[in-house]
Amino acid sequence: MSMVQKQTQHFVTIKGTKDGLNLILDDSCAFRDVINELDEKLSARHIQQTEGHTITVTLKLGNRYLTEKQERELRAMIQSKQNLEIDRIDSNVMSRDEAEEERKRSTITSVARTVRSGQVLEVEGDLLLIGDVNPGGTVKAFGNIFVMGALRGIAHAGAYGDIKAVITAAVMKPSQLKIADLISRPPDQVGASIHEAECAFVKDGQSEISVDRVQILTKVRPNLTRL
Amino acid sequence: MGDAIVITSGKGGVGKTTTTANIGTALALSGKKVCLVDTDIGLRNLDVVMGLENRIIYDLVDVAEERCRLHQALIKDKRFEALYMLPAAQTKDKSAVQPAQMKKIIDELKQDYDYVLIDCPAGIEQGFKNAIAGADKSVVVTTPETSAVRDADRIIGLLEKEENIEAPKLVVNRIRNHMMESGEMLDVDEIVSILAIDLLGIVGDDDTVITASNKGEPIALDPSSKASIAYRNIARRILGESVPLLSLQEERGVFSKVKKFFGMRS
Repeated sequence: MSMVQKQTQHFVTIKGTKDGLNLILDDSCAFRDVINELDEKLSARHIQQTEGHTITVTLKLGNRYLTEKQERELRAMIQSKQNLEIDRIDSNVMSRDEAEEERKRSTITSVARTVRSGQVLEVEGDLLLIGDVNPGGTVKAFGNIFVMGALRGIAHAGAYGDIKAVITAAVMKPSQLKIADLISRPPDQVGASIHEAECAFVKDGQSEISVDRVQILTKVRPNLTRL
Repeated sequence: MGDAIVITSGKGGVGKTTTTANIGTALALSGKKVCLVDTDIGLRNLDVVMGLENRIIYDLVDVAEERCRLHQALIKDKRFEALYMLPAAQTKDKSAVQPAQMKKIIDELKQDYDYVLIDCPAGIEQGFKNAIAGADKSVVVTTPETSAVRDADRIIGLLEKEENIEAPKLVVNRIRNHMMESGEMLDVDEIVSILAIDLLGIVGDDDTVITASNKGEPIALDPSSKASIAYRNIARRILGESVPLLSLQEERGVFSKVKKFFGMRS
Protein backbone atom coordinates (compact mmCIF):
# COMPACT_ATOMS: atom_id res chain seq x y z
CA MET A 1 0.00 0.00 0.00
CA SER A 2 1.65 3.18 -1.10
CA MET A 3 1.26 6.78 -0.05
CA VAL A 4 0.05 7.92 -3.41
CA GLN A 5 -3.04 5.82 -3.22
CA LYS A 6 -3.94 7.05 0.21
CA GLN A 7 -3.33 10.63 -0.72
CA THR A 8 -5.96 12.20 -2.85
CA GLN A 9 -3.97 15.39 -3.54
CA HIS A 10 -0.28 15.56 -4.26
CA PHE A 11 1.12 18.98 -3.86
CA VAL A 12 4.28 17.59 -2.38
CA THR A 13 6.69 15.18 -4.06
CA ILE A 14 9.48 13.70 -2.02
CA LYS A 15 12.59 12.41 -3.73
CA GLY A 16 15.54 10.82 -2.08
CA THR A 17 19.01 11.65 -3.38
CA LYS A 18 22.44 10.79 -2.07
CA ASP A 19 22.61 14.24 -0.45
CA GLY A 20 19.31 13.87 1.36
CA LEU A 21 15.73 14.61 0.51
CA ASN A 22 14.38 16.87 -2.20
CA LEU A 23 10.96 18.18 -1.34
CA ILE A 24 9.32 19.41 -4.50
CA LEU A 25 6.39 21.65 -3.70
CA ASP A 26 3.63 22.42 -6.15
CA ASP A 27 3.68 26.13 -7.04
CA SER A 28 0.12 26.67 -8.22
CA CYS A 29 -1.86 25.71 -5.14
CA ALA A 30 -2.40 27.63 -1.93
CA PHE A 31 0.47 27.83 0.53
CA ARG A 32 -1.81 26.41 3.26
CA ASP A 33 -2.41 23.25 1.20
CA VAL A 34 1.31 22.70 0.72
CA ILE A 35 2.17 23.14 4.32
CA ASN A 36 -0.63 20.89 5.56
CA GLU A 37 0.26 18.12 3.17
CA LEU A 38 3.96 18.45 3.90
CA ASP A 39 3.31 18.31 7.62
CA GLU A 40 1.22 15.19 7.18
CA LYS A 41 3.70 13.44 4.91
CA LEU A 42 6.72 14.20 7.02
CA SER A 43 4.99 13.03 10.16
CA ALA A 44 3.56 9.86 8.68
CA ARG A 45 6.53 8.63 6.77
CA HIS A 46 9.20 6.30 7.92
CA ILE A 47 11.55 9.29 7.82
CA GLN A 48 10.68 9.67 11.43
CA GLN A 49 12.00 6.24 12.16
CA THR A 50 15.56 6.69 10.90
CA GLU A 51 17.33 6.94 14.15
CA GLY A 52 20.24 9.21 14.89
CA HIS A 53 20.96 10.35 11.34
CA THR A 54 20.20 13.88 10.37
CA ILE A 55 18.75 14.12 6.90
CA THR A 56 19.40 17.25 4.96
CA VAL A 57 16.45 18.61 3.07
CA THR A 58 16.36 20.79 -0.03
CA LEU A 59 13.11 22.57 -0.74
CA LYS A 60 12.22 23.23 -4.36
CA LEU A 61 9.57 25.88 -4.65
CA GLY A 62 9.34 26.24 -8.43
CA ASN A 63 7.71 29.56 -9.26
CA ARG A 64 6.35 30.13 -5.78
CA TYR A 65 7.43 33.24 -3.91
CA LEU A 66 7.56 32.93 -0.13
CA THR A 67 7.03 35.92 2.07
CA GLU A 68 9.32 36.13 5.07
CA LYS A 69 6.49 35.01 7.32
CA GLN A 70 5.71 31.98 5.14
CA GLU A 71 9.36 31.04 4.98
CA ARG A 72 9.62 31.19 8.75
CA GLU A 73 6.54 29.02 9.12
CA LEU A 74 7.86 26.48 6.65
CA ARG A 75 11.24 26.32 8.32
CA ALA A 76 9.71 26.00 11.77
CA MET A 77 7.47 23.18 10.63
CA ILE A 78 10.31 21.19 9.08
CA GLN A 79 12.66 21.81 11.97
CA SER A 80 10.02 20.56 14.37
CA LYS A 81 10.34 17.12 12.78
CA GLN A 82 13.08 15.00 14.16
CA ASN A 83 16.24 14.42 12.16
CA LEU A 84 15.42 16.95 9.45
CA GLU A 85 17.59 19.92 8.62
CA ILE A 86 17.05 22.42 5.84
CA ASP A 87 20.03 22.76 3.53
CA ARG A 88 18.53 25.38 1.26
CA ILE A 89 15.34 26.68 -0.24
CA ASP A 90 15.36 27.01 -4.02
CA SER A 91 12.93 29.23 -5.80
CA ASN A 92 12.82 30.42 -9.40
CA VAL A 93 11.45 33.78 -8.31
CA MET A 94 12.55 36.67 -6.15
CA SER A 95 11.01 40.00 -5.35
CA ARG A 96 11.86 43.09 -7.32
CA ASP A 97 13.72 44.57 -4.33
CA GLU A 98 15.82 41.46 -3.90
CA ALA A 99 16.61 41.46 -7.60
CA GLU A 100 17.60 45.11 -7.48
CA GLU A 101 19.82 44.43 -4.46
CA GLU A 102 21.44 41.51 -6.25
CA ARG A 103 22.01 43.57 -9.36
CA LYS A 104 23.60 46.39 -7.38
CA ARG A 105 25.91 44.00 -5.62
CA SER A 106 27.15 42.43 -8.79
CA THR A 107 27.69 45.60 -10.82
CA ILE A 108 30.77 47.78 -11.08
CA THR A 109 30.05 51.42 -10.39
CA SER A 110 32.50 53.73 -12.10
CA VAL A 111 33.08 57.18 -10.65
CA ALA A 112 35.36 59.87 -12.09
CA ARG A 113 36.35 62.31 -9.35
CA THR A 114 38.82 62.98 -6.56
CA VAL A 115 37.66 61.71 -3.19
CA ARG A 116 38.93 64.46 -0.93
CA SER A 117 39.60 64.75 2.77
CA GLY A 118 36.38 64.31 4.74
CA GLN A 119 34.48 62.75 1.84
CA VAL A 120 33.13 59.21 1.84
CA LEU A 121 32.30 57.43 -1.39
CA GLU A 122 30.29 54.27 -0.82
CA VAL A 123 28.88 51.86 -3.39
CA GLU A 124 27.11 48.53 -3.33
CA GLY A 125 28.97 46.17 -5.58
CA ASP A 126 32.40 46.97 -6.98
CA LEU A 127 33.89 50.46 -7.24
CA LEU A 128 35.96 51.66 -10.16
CA LEU A 129 37.37 55.05 -9.19
CA ILE A 130 38.90 57.09 -11.98
CA GLY A 131 40.84 59.55 -9.84
CA ASP A 132 42.59 59.75 -6.49
CA VAL A 133 41.57 59.10 -2.91
CA ASN A 134 43.29 61.83 -0.93
CA PRO A 135 44.45 61.54 2.67
CA GLY A 136 41.41 61.78 4.93
CA GLY A 137 39.07 60.54 2.18
CA THR A 138 37.32 57.16 2.29
CA VAL A 139 36.11 54.75 -0.38
CA LYS A 140 33.91 51.86 0.64
CA ALA A 141 32.38 49.05 -1.38
CA PHE A 142 30.41 45.85 -0.70
CA GLY A 143 32.68 44.22 -3.27
CA ASN A 144 36.07 45.08 -4.75
CA ILE A 145 37.69 48.50 -5.08
CA PHE A 146 39.75 49.47 -8.11
CA VAL A 147 41.45 52.86 -7.95
CA MET A 148 42.91 54.07 -11.24
CA GLY A 149 44.76 56.92 -9.52
CA ALA A 150 46.55 57.21 -6.21
CA LEU A 151 45.04 55.70 -3.09
CA ARG A 152 46.26 57.89 -0.23
CA GLY A 153 43.24 57.68 2.05
CA ILE A 154 41.19 54.79 3.42
CA ALA A 155 39.75 51.97 1.32
CA HIS A 156 37.29 49.44 2.71
CA ALA A 157 36.46 46.52 0.40
CA GLY A 158 34.01 43.75 1.23
CA ALA A 159 32.39 46.18 3.64
CA TYR A 160 29.68 43.65 4.52
CA GLY A 161 32.00 40.85 5.36
CA ASP A 162 33.30 39.58 2.01
CA ILE A 163 36.82 38.47 2.90
CA LYS A 164 37.52 37.62 -0.75
CA ALA A 165 37.22 41.26 -1.81
CA VAL A 166 40.34 42.99 -3.14
CA ILE A 167 41.63 46.54 -3.40
CA THR A 168 43.81 47.65 -6.28
CA ALA A 169 45.42 51.02 -6.91
CA ALA A 170 47.73 52.46 -9.52
CA VAL A 171 49.59 54.13 -6.67
CA MET A 172 49.11 52.30 -3.37
CA LYS A 173 49.88 54.70 -0.53
CA PRO A 174 46.89 54.22 1.73
CA SER A 175 46.53 55.52 5.25
CA GLN A 176 44.47 52.40 6.01
CA LEU A 177 43.26 49.33 4.17
CA LYS A 178 40.23 47.37 5.30
CA ILE A 179 38.91 44.13 3.89
CA ALA A 180 35.78 42.76 5.58
CA ASP A 181 36.61 43.30 9.27
CA LEU A 182 40.39 43.25 8.90
CA ILE A 183 42.37 46.47 9.12
CA SER A 184 45.93 47.15 8.08
CA ARG A 185 48.04 50.22 8.31
CA PRO A 186 51.27 50.76 6.39
CA PRO A 187 54.43 50.73 8.49
CA ASP A 188 55.39 54.09 9.98
CA GLN A 189 58.75 53.95 8.24
CA VAL A 190 57.93 54.46 4.61
CA GLY A 191 60.21 52.53 2.29
CA ALA A 192 61.05 53.38 -1.28
CA SER A 193 57.85 53.86 -3.21
CA ILE A 194 57.09 51.30 -5.87
CA HIS A 195 55.88 52.86 -9.06
CA GLU A 196 53.61 50.10 -10.19
CA ALA A 197 50.04 49.08 -9.59
CA GLU A 198 49.50 47.07 -6.44
CA CYS A 199 46.69 45.12 -4.89
CA ALA A 200 45.60 44.19 -1.39
CA PHE A 201 43.85 40.94 -0.52
CA VAL A 202 43.56 38.38 2.25
CA LYS A 203 45.34 35.10 1.61
CA ASP A 204 43.28 31.98 2.25
CA GLY A 205 43.27 31.00 5.88
CA GLN A 206 45.13 34.11 7.00
CA SER A 207 43.86 36.98 9.03
CA GLU A 208 45.98 39.80 7.69
CA ILE A 209 45.95 41.86 4.55
CA SER A 210 48.73 41.24 2.02
CA VAL A 211 49.90 43.78 -0.52
CA ASP A 212 51.48 42.63 -3.75
CA ARG A 213 51.84 43.39 -7.44
CA VAL A 214 48.45 43.61 -9.10
CA GLN A 215 49.35 40.80 -11.50
CA ILE A 216 49.15 38.25 -8.69
CA LEU A 217 45.36 38.58 -8.68
CA THR A 218 45.13 36.46 -11.81
CA LYS A 219 46.30 33.61 -9.62
CA VAL A 220 44.69 34.33 -6.26
CA ARG A 221 41.36 35.75 -7.48
CA PRO A 222 40.64 34.18 -10.89
CA ASN A 223 36.93 34.85 -10.33
CA LEU A 224 37.58 38.56 -10.97
CA THR A 225 37.35 37.68 -14.64
CA ARG A 226 33.74 37.99 -15.69
CA LEU A 227 33.90 37.28 -19.37
CA MET B 1 28.72 93.34 -12.75
CA GLY B 2 31.91 92.27 -10.99
CA ASP B 3 33.25 88.97 -9.72
CA ALA B 4 33.03 87.87 -6.11
CA ILE B 5 36.05 85.78 -5.13
CA VAL B 6 36.21 84.06 -1.76
CA ILE B 7 39.68 83.47 -0.31
CA THR B 8 39.69 80.47 1.96
CA SER B 9 41.93 77.72 3.36
CA GLY B 10 40.30 75.63 6.06
CA LYS B 11 43.32 75.84 8.29
CA GLY B 12 44.07 79.02 10.18
CA GLY B 13 47.26 81.00 9.90
CA VAL B 14 48.18 80.11 6.33
CA GLY B 15 47.74 83.66 5.09
CA LYS B 16 44.16 84.16 3.91
CA THR B 17 43.93 87.71 5.20
CA THR B 18 47.39 88.65 3.90
CA THR B 19 46.49 87.15 0.54
CA THR B 20 43.16 88.99 0.43
CA ALA B 21 44.78 92.31 1.32
CA ASN B 22 47.58 91.91 -1.21
CA ILE B 23 45.56 90.59 -4.14
CA GLY B 24 43.10 93.41 -3.47
CA THR B 25 45.88 95.97 -3.40
CA ALA B 26 47.47 94.55 -6.56
CA LEU B 27 44.12 94.62 -8.39
CA ALA B 28 43.60 98.20 -7.28
CA LEU B 29 47.11 99.00 -8.58
CA SER B 30 45.96 97.75 -11.98
CA GLY B 31 43.17 100.29 -11.86
CA LYS B 32 40.30 97.99 -10.91
CA LYS B 33 37.54 98.91 -8.51
CA VAL B 34 37.92 96.52 -5.60
CA CYS B 35 36.04 95.88 -2.39
CA LEU B 36 37.47 93.66 0.36
CA VAL B 37 34.99 91.99 2.68
CA ASP B 38 36.11 90.62 6.04
CA THR B 39 33.75 87.82 7.12
CA ASP B 40 35.77 86.76 10.13
CA ILE B 41 33.20 88.08 12.59
CA GLY B 42 34.60 88.24 16.11
CA LEU B 43 38.23 87.89 14.97
CA ARG B 44 38.59 90.55 12.35
CA ASN B 45 42.09 91.23 11.03
CA LEU B 46 41.77 92.57 7.52
CA ASP B 47 41.31 96.11 8.75
CA VAL B 48 44.56 95.87 10.73
CA VAL B 49 46.53 94.47 7.79
CA MET B 50 45.16 97.25 5.59
CA GLY B 51 45.88 99.86 8.28
CA LEU B 52 42.27 101.00 8.37
CA GLU B 53 41.33 99.89 11.86
CA ASN B 54 40.69 103.35 13.28
CA ARG B 55 38.22 104.31 10.55
CA ILE B 56 35.61 101.67 11.28
CA ILE B 57 32.21 103.04 12.26
CA TYR B 58 29.75 100.46 10.97
CA ASP B 59 30.46 96.84 10.13
CA LEU B 60 29.14 93.79 8.31
CA VAL B 61 26.65 92.86 11.04
CA ASP B 62 25.26 96.40 11.07
CA VAL B 63 24.65 96.12 7.34
CA ALA B 64 23.13 92.64 7.62
CA GLU B 65 20.77 93.79 10.37
CA GLU B 66 20.03 96.98 8.45
CA ARG B 67 21.25 99.36 11.11
CA CYS B 68 23.02 101.25 8.35
CA ARG B 69 23.25 101.35 4.57
CA LEU B 70 25.92 99.35 2.83
CA HIS B 71 27.83 102.39 1.57
CA GLN B 72 27.97 103.84 5.08
CA ALA B 73 29.87 100.81 6.33
CA LEU B 74 32.40 100.80 3.49
CA ILE B 75 35.81 102.26 4.28
CA LYS B 76 37.84 103.88 1.56
CA ASP B 77 41.49 102.91 1.49
CA LYS B 78 44.02 105.62 2.33
CA ARG B 79 46.13 104.91 -0.77
CA PHE B 80 43.70 104.05 -3.55
CA GLU B 81 40.55 105.81 -4.70
CA ALA B 82 39.10 102.57 -6.01
CA LEU B 83 39.81 100.28 -3.05
CA TYR B 84 37.22 99.82 -0.34
CA MET B 85 36.75 97.53 2.62
CA LEU B 86 33.75 96.20 4.50
CA PRO B 87 34.94 95.27 8.00
CA ALA B 88 33.63 92.43 10.14
CA ALA B 89 32.08 93.03 13.54
CA GLN B 90 34.39 92.40 16.44
CA THR B 91 31.84 92.08 19.23
CA LYS B 92 29.58 89.40 17.74
CA ASP B 93 30.27 85.88 16.51
CA LYS B 94 29.79 84.00 13.25
CA SER B 95 26.14 83.22 13.89
CA ALA B 96 25.28 86.93 13.81
CA VAL B 97 24.94 86.69 10.02
CA GLN B 98 23.11 84.20 7.82
CA PRO B 99 24.25 83.04 4.35
CA ALA B 100 21.20 84.64 2.70
CA GLN B 101 22.06 88.05 4.22
CA MET B 102 25.67 87.62 3.11
CA LYS B 103 24.62 86.82 -0.43
CA LYS B 104 22.45 89.92 -0.57
CA ILE B 105 25.35 92.13 0.54
CA ILE B 106 27.81 90.56 -1.91
CA ASP B 107 25.31 90.81 -4.78
CA GLU B 108 24.86 94.49 -4.02
CA LEU B 109 28.64 95.05 -3.93
CA LYS B 110 29.10 93.26 -7.26
CA GLN B 111 26.98 95.97 -8.92
CA ASP B 112 29.53 98.66 -8.06
CA TYR B 113 32.89 96.88 -8.02
CA ASP B 114 34.97 94.94 -10.53
CA TYR B 115 36.19 92.58 -7.83
CA VAL B 116 34.73 91.72 -4.45
CA LEU B 117 37.29 89.76 -2.42
CA ILE B 118 35.84 87.87 0.52
CA ASP B 119 38.22 87.01 3.34
CA CYS B 120 36.95 83.75 4.83
CA PRO B 121 37.48 82.69 8.45
CA ALA B 122 39.25 79.44 9.27
CA GLY B 123 37.09 76.36 9.70
CA ILE B 124 34.19 74.82 7.83
CA GLU B 125 31.31 75.98 10.00
CA GLN B 126 28.91 78.89 9.82
CA GLY B 127 31.63 81.45 9.07
CA PHE B 128 32.76 79.47 6.05
CA LYS B 129 29.18 79.02 4.86
CA ASN B 130 28.58 82.74 5.17
CA ALA B 131 31.77 83.60 3.31
CA ILE B 132 31.04 81.40 0.31
CA ALA B 133 27.34 82.28 0.10
CA GLY B 134 27.74 85.09 -2.41
CA ALA B 135 30.92 83.99 -4.16
CA ASP B 136 31.27 83.16 -7.86
CA LYS B 137 34.90 82.09 -7.70
CA SER B 138 37.22 80.84 -5.03
CA VAL B 139 40.90 80.84 -4.17
CA VAL B 140 42.25 78.24 -1.77
CA VAL B 141 45.39 79.25 0.13
CA THR B 142 47.70 76.60 1.53
CA THR B 143 51.25 76.34 2.80
CA PRO B 144 53.66 73.48 2.06
CA GLU B 145 52.69 71.63 5.23
CA THR B 146 50.83 68.34 5.31
CA SER B 147 48.18 69.63 7.72
CA ALA B 148 47.47 72.73 5.64
CA VAL B 149 47.24 70.66 2.45
CA ARG B 150 44.87 68.22 4.16
CA ASP B 151 42.57 71.06 5.21
CA ALA B 152 42.80 72.65 1.77
CA ASP B 153 41.69 69.33 0.30
CA ARG B 154 38.68 69.26 2.60
CA ILE B 155 37.76 72.81 1.66
CA ILE B 156 38.13 72.09 -2.06
CA GLY B 157 35.74 69.15 -1.62
CA LEU B 158 33.19 71.46 -0.01
CA LEU B 159 33.66 74.16 -2.66
CA GLU B 160 33.23 71.68 -5.48
CA LYS B 161 29.79 70.85 -4.12
CA GLU B 162 28.69 74.47 -4.50
CA GLU B 163 27.04 74.81 -7.87
CA ASN B 164 27.36 78.58 -8.05
CA ILE B 165 31.11 78.65 -7.51
CA GLU B 166 33.61 77.95 -10.26
CA ALA B 167 36.34 75.34 -9.73
CA PRO B 168 38.68 76.67 -7.02
CA LYS B 169 42.21 77.90 -7.79
CA LEU B 170 45.23 77.33 -5.59
CA VAL B 171 47.75 79.69 -4.01
CA VAL B 172 50.71 78.06 -2.26
CA ASN B 173 51.94 80.52 0.33
CA ARG B 174 55.08 80.74 2.47
CA ILE B 175 57.30 78.57 0.38
CA ARG B 176 60.78 78.12 1.77
CA ASN B 177 62.85 77.27 -1.21
CA HIS B 178 65.80 75.66 0.55
CA MET B 179 63.51 73.32 2.48
CA MET B 180 61.60 72.37 -0.63
CA GLU B 181 64.81 71.58 -2.47
CA SER B 182 66.15 69.47 0.34
CA GLY B 183 62.87 67.58 0.45
CA GLU B 184 62.05 68.65 4.01
CA MET B 185 58.93 70.39 2.77
CA LEU B 186 56.27 69.28 0.32
CA ASP B 187 57.10 70.72 -3.06
CA VAL B 188 54.64 72.63 -5.20
CA ASP B 189 54.27 69.84 -7.76
CA GLU B 190 53.39 67.40 -5.03
CA ILE B 191 50.78 69.74 -3.56
CA VAL B 192 49.23 70.38 -6.96
CA SER B 193 49.18 66.66 -7.71
CA ILE B 194 47.34 65.88 -4.47
CA LEU B 195 44.86 68.74 -4.66
CA ALA B 196 44.33 68.39 -8.41
CA ILE B 197 43.23 71.99 -9.05
CA ASP B 198 44.73 74.82 -11.10
CA LEU B 199 47.60 76.71 -9.56
CA LEU B 200 46.97 80.46 -9.41
CA GLY B 201 50.30 81.40 -7.89
CA ILE B 202 53.07 80.72 -5.42
CA VAL B 203 54.39 83.12 -2.81
CA GLY B 204 57.72 82.73 -1.05
CA ASP B 205 58.18 83.07 2.67
CA ASP B 206 59.34 86.63 3.08
CA ASP B 207 60.03 88.53 6.32
CA THR B 208 59.00 91.80 4.74
CA VAL B 209 55.42 90.52 4.48
CA ILE B 210 55.20 90.48 8.26
CA THR B 211 56.88 93.86 8.67
CA ALA B 212 54.58 95.41 6.11
CA SER B 213 51.46 93.85 7.56
CA ASN B 214 52.38 95.12 11.04
CA LYS B 215 52.62 98.61 9.61
CA GLY B 216 49.25 98.27 7.91
CA GLU B 217 50.85 98.59 4.47
CA PRO B 218 50.21 95.56 2.25
CA ILE B 219 53.47 94.25 0.79
CA ALA B 220 52.03 94.46 -2.72
CA LEU B 221 52.72 98.22 -2.55
CA ASP B 222 56.47 97.63 -2.38
CA PRO B 223 57.73 96.84 -5.89
CA SER B 224 61.12 95.61 -4.69
CA SER B 225 59.84 92.65 -2.67
CA LYS B 226 59.59 89.20 -4.23
CA ALA B 227 56.36 88.50 -2.37
CA SER B 228 54.94 91.69 -3.79
CA ILE B 229 55.75 90.59 -7.33
CA ALA B 230 54.17 87.23 -6.59
CA TYR B 231 50.93 88.89 -5.45
CA ARG B 232 50.93 91.21 -8.42
CA ASN B 233 51.36 88.21 -10.70
CA ILE B 234 48.41 86.50 -9.02
CA ALA B 235 46.34 89.63 -9.62
CA ARG B 236 47.38 89.66 -13.28
CA ARG B 237 46.34 86.03 -13.64
CA ILE B 238 42.97 86.86 -12.09
CA LEU B 239 42.67 89.59 -14.71
CA GLY B 240 43.18 86.93 -17.35
CA GLU B 241 46.83 87.47 -18.29
CA SER B 242 49.09 84.49 -18.63
CA VAL B 243 52.11 85.10 -16.39
CA PRO B 244 54.76 82.43 -15.81
CA LEU B 245 55.41 81.29 -12.26
CA LEU B 246 58.08 83.24 -10.45
CA SER B 247 61.30 81.39 -9.80
CA LEU B 248 62.00 81.26 -6.10
CA GLN B 249 65.58 80.25 -6.71
CA GLU B 250 68.18 82.47 -5.12
CA GLU B 251 70.98 83.56 -7.39
CA ARG B 252 73.88 81.32 -6.54
CA GLY B 253 76.72 82.39 -8.75
CA VAL B 254 78.19 80.97 -11.93
CA PHE B 255 79.77 77.89 -10.43
CA SER B 256 76.52 76.36 -9.19
CA LYS B 257 74.91 77.07 -12.53
CA VAL B 258 77.71 75.22 -14.30
CA LYS B 259 77.37 72.29 -11.94
CA LYS B 260 73.63 72.25 -12.53
CA PHE B 261 74.27 72.29 -16.25
CA PHE B 262 76.29 69.14 -15.95
CA GLY B 263 73.59 67.54 -13.84
CA MET B 264 75.56 67.64 -10.61
CA ARG B 265 73.98 68.45 -7.31
CA SER B 266 74.97 71.85 -6.09
